Amino acid sequence: MAEFLQFVFSGLTVGAVYGLVAIGFTLIYNAADVVNFAQGEFVMLGGMTTVFLGYAGVPLPFAAAAAVVITTVVGLALYRFAIATARDANAVTLIIITIGASIFLRGVAELVFDKRFHSLPPLFDRDPIRIGGATILPQSLVVLAGAVIIVVLLWALIERTLFGKAVIATSANHVAAKLVGIDTRVTVGACFALSAAIGAISGILITPITLTSYNAGTLLALKGFAAVMLGGIGSAIGAVVGGILLGLLEAFAAGYVSASYKDAVAFLVILAVLFAMPHGLFGKAKVERV
Amino acid sequence: MSKERLRLAAAIGLGVAAALAAGPVSAQVKVGAVLSASGPASFLGDPEKKTLEIYVDDINAKGGVNGQKLQLVVYDDGGDANSARTFATRLVEEDKVVAMVGGTTTGTTLAMMPVFEDAQIPFISLAGAVQIVEPVRKWVFKTPHTDRMACQKIFADLKRRSLTTIAMISGTDAFGKSMRDQCVAVAPQSGITIAHEETYGPGDSDMTPQLTKIKATAGVQAVVNPGFGQGPAIVTRNYRQLEISYPFYQSHGVASKQFITLAGVAADGVRLPAAALLVADKLPDSDKQKPVVVNYQKTFETKTGQPVSTFGGHAYDGLMILVEAAKRAGGFNAAKLRDEIENTKGFIGTGGTFNMSPTDHLGLDLSAFRMLEIKNGDWVLAPDSGT
Repeated sequence: MAEFLQFVFSGLTVGAVYGLVAIGFTLIYNAADVVNFAQGEFVMLGGMTTVFLGYAGVPLPFAAAAAVVITTVVGLALYRFAIATARDANAVTLIIITIGASIFLRGVAELVFDKRFHSLPPLFDRDPIRIGGATILPQSLVVLAGAVIIVVLLWALIERTLFGKAVIATSANHVAAKLVGIDTRVTVGACFALSAAIGAISGILITPITLTSYNAGTLLALKGFAAVMLGGIGSAIGAVVGGILLGLLEAFAAGYVSASYKDAVAFLVILAVLFAMPHGLFGKAKVERV
Repeated sequence: MSKERLRLAAAIGLGVAAALAAGPVSAQVKVGAVLSASGPASFLGDPEKKTLEIYVDDINAKGGVNGQKLQLVVYDDGGDANSARTFATRLVEEDKVVAMVGGTTTGTTLAMMPVFEDAQIPFISLAGAVQIVEPVRKWVFKTPHTDRMACQKIFADLKRRSLTTIAMISGTDAFGKSMRDQCVAVAPQSGITIAHEETYGPGDSDMTPQLTKIKATAGVQAVVNPGFGQGPAIVTRNYRQLEISYPFYQSHGVASKQFITLAGVAADGVRLPAAALLVADKLPDSDKQKPVVVNYQKTFETKTGQPVSTFGGHAYDGLMILVEAAKRAGGFNAAKLRDEIENTKGFIGTGGTFNMSPTDHLGLDLSAFRMLEIKNGDWVLAPDSGT
């Protein structure tokens, strides 16, 4: 029983990380129909900027705030100089642009920061919480709580504000949205900024668990993307649930099968789910009228 | 002309003496170095390159070797075996080097070995794998200790503590895999039983499921973690999180201050084998390696402003073995040079005492490794480790 519980805790820890990273994908997808593969780099930038500002003597709360602001600016710049200038291109081209941007950001981070691994102190003291013979680190709960708070805020933003309606309208039909007076450039730009900010916050919260380095974003984005696909792309709740499911799958596979097969097991289950539900657990089928 | 040289020298921080020494005074002998100074292995190649540059300048400032100045020809292969081979060919055919000190990774070294074997030019590699010198190739040598020696050192320490049944959790990266294989291979002859084995991926962020299984395995007395990068730091944290009480061993792959920083308080009590260079200031004065490692550390740290690493130390050992051999050979005749490198006896380098022979082109024994324990965020020599 204690073993089972430990696997659950491990799954929750890893799953919360995946989920938190995954949320970042949803907003940009909703606004621009683009999967932003530079999302992992936003996560990396949040963590690395905080670490290095901390090294420079900035108190960590301020360093974290500054890291979020800096990453947000990077997100805006990505939109302004890469996405907006190619706005007539189709989705595939835009996705390729985001892949290029992610490679570029990684290269810059390698030069501006360094190639080593870094960590941040956890939010609360380090003693693990003991439940039924198993242990979980307080920081894992912080990450989970962070994911839940961001999901609720995002939901409120999309469902309860005029900005949210503009995002939905822009996503549904770019031209029609423009015709009813929505500035789609501002809307999509804001979504990039927000996604970058969410990415940075995730990066700061998960670094005490996962550690970070200039290329930490790639793998996180891959797992986050898998979580998004499982949960249903475009749904923030789906992203978190997908992330936690993915984490649990990996932990159980590592615990009951073998760590060598944990990724394979996880991806097999995702494939099976997508066969049965092609839009993911929480995704809505898009109906297009011709 | 000389003004320009001076300015250039100042600009690259070599100092006046080096600049004058670099003048065309006497015939120069070219020493080649293909290193992975950029790319994924740059944390190895970069200190190697800096070390070679510092010490070639130093040797020249002191009058060179047998009156001949050395000229270092460095190429950066970026960690790519193909370009390493291309550069190796260039060193042989165009630069006409007398010897090569380089080959940062096992991959690049294996790619370059045939080139130097064919050209019959001595090649001192700076890469880890035991395959470089096993089987012995006539013209190929190496200076870094091997994975197998790290395993043997750990197992010897376990035996001393009467711990004979262990579990291993290894990374699936190249380093972790290679060392795991070596440990499994030498375990029986060291009298160690591996009761349980687990693995983790290089990017994994939680290894508690694997450690939970190890915790539940009956009879385990200690745990060994061959690995590299951030994985071992996370394993160490998880190990303490699960409150596993067996002694915990890491490998020389994490023998850097960075590991202690990343693992934090969880690193306390962890043991690992490492080169003497890491604990230069903690060695007893009676240790014959102490002057060498302290000197190298001081030189490297003042010239580069970066903390010393064992990798740069391997380059120092390679260059000095070559220089000593050239002094004994009375010149740079390839065949004589090779014979004298093979004749290296009692050379004290940063990696240990080298005693090469026709059957051993590495020449280090287990005394090259010191067993360290992490205490209060710093290394100490493990109490019963011997030297």
